[in-house]
Amino acid sequence: MAILEVQNIEKHFGDTRVLEDITFSLEQGQALAIIGSSGSGKTTLLRCLNFLERPDQGRIVVSGETLFDAADPATQREEEVRRKRLHFGLVFQSFNLFPQYTALENVTLAGKLLAKAQPDFTARKKQIFAEIEAHGKELLDRMGLADRAGHYPHQLSGGQQQRVAIARALALHPDILCFDEPTSALDPELTGEVLKVIRSLAEQRTTMVIVTHEMAFARDVADRVIFMDGGVIVEQGPAGAVIDHPQEERTRQFLARYGGN
Amino acid sequence: MEVLSVVIGALNEGFVQTLKLFFVTLLGALPLGLIISFGSMSSFAPLRWLTRAVIWVIRGTPLMLQLIILYYIPGKLMGYSPWGTGEAGRFLAASIAFIINYACYFSEIYRGGIQGVPVGQLEAGLVLGMTRRQIFFKVTLLQMVKRIVPPMSNEVITLVKDTSLARIISFQEVIWAGQAFMKTSHGYSGLLWPLFFTGLYYLVFNGVVTVLLGRLEKKLDYFR
Repeated sequence: MAILEVQNIEKHFGDTRVLEDITFSLEQGQALAIIGSSGSGKTTLLRCLNFLERPDQGRIVVSGETLFDAADPATQREEEVRRKRLHFGLVFQSFNLFPQYTALENVTLAGKLLAKAQPDFTARKKQIFAEIEAHGKELLDRMGLADRAGHYPHQLSGGQQQRVAIARALALHPDILCFDEPTSALDPELTGEVLKVIRSLAEQRTTMVIVTHEMAFARDVADRVIFMDGGVIVEQGPAGAVIDHPQEERTRQFLARYGGN
Repeated sequence: MEVLSVVIGALNEGFVQTLKLFFVTLLGALPLGLIISFGSMSSFAPLRWLTRAVIWVIRGTPLMLQLIILYYIPGKLMGYSPWGTGEAGRFLAASIAFIINYACYFSEIYRGGIQGVPVGQLEAGLVLGMTRRQIFFKVTLLQMVKRIVPPMSNEVITLVKDTSLARIISFQEVIWAGQAFMKTSHGYSGLLWPLFFTGLYYLVFNGVVTVLLGRLEKKLDYFR
């Protein structure tokens, strides 16, 4: 069974239709790259998955559970949505780290707040927090940032900040990790370190949805690719097939312009 | 020497009134300004317009005029002054006028501070499963405070000096006390220097305020 099923998502901003009939699915452990030019709707799609936008139509199903159904208001209550969000992690283009917290605190803050809802929280507070911090340190270590745990975001380079953001997103054990153009805000010489981390996550079979402009990276790392244009999915399939042998004219034009090949 | 100690005694008495008005205004205007800023950002349009109209009138007219209107007009309309006749009544009227006036200025600073925190901070909190309340208190509040400290410092320093406007309704603050010596006060007449001497009080007090607010700013310097 697919871990993620997106069915007939449609989204309007006022009179402008930004997503139309978006349907795809993703298997556990697969990486999906979404490519397309600016304004094609790929970021909006990612924001819909993370409940930052509410689709006007369609369903989002994770592991068989309907997380969102535009036709069923019961799936859209704030408290429900907050819980369901935890199925997804999101890494933003502009990192969005919390500036007043250290790298480690950024990674552990949400976990500590969520832990307060545990029934045994008051009795085991110290132990729970110690576990969260140990896990946070381990994640930073995996990102190659063990020696940066006590640094504030402004003391880190863009690439380091984005790796902290990835650790933060991983801290809550999301089923599906989403990336919104994770290297677009970085200087060219810093993109490599972030892509390397994402590549290693793919090797560990982390289920991921990656919106990206890095064509070579998408072909290498992703199992599947979706090409979007004008709010619709023009073409989707195995990464090698879509990028190396696009069937649609629009995909060909886009790839030629991006010089990914 | 005798005259100096008498004048300083009188000015000290006046400055206590100045400080009272200063602290009461801060105490009232800081929270009221936050409420007004929420009104001016409300998604309910009539409330937003009403709030912004009030801010426009209060910021668009002199505080001195507002003091006069608040202190004298109710008496003219009702035939008796709701403020009574003594210093306590003048203090009450001055406090209300100052609190309303400064709350409007503060509200605009708050609005800038709140709207200046990038929406990405809220979104980052939301995708991490935090409640809006947690996001406000744990993420955005401190960033907002950091943003508003410098413009707030400006307003607070202005407030120290603006308290002298309450003299227009004979509130006996330090300028009033100094000016009294030009006519007759505490047995002395025709002294001009006590009025100028009051400047020293403002200068020293604003020095203290500047240092304290500077410390706060520095304390928040650990993040950007």
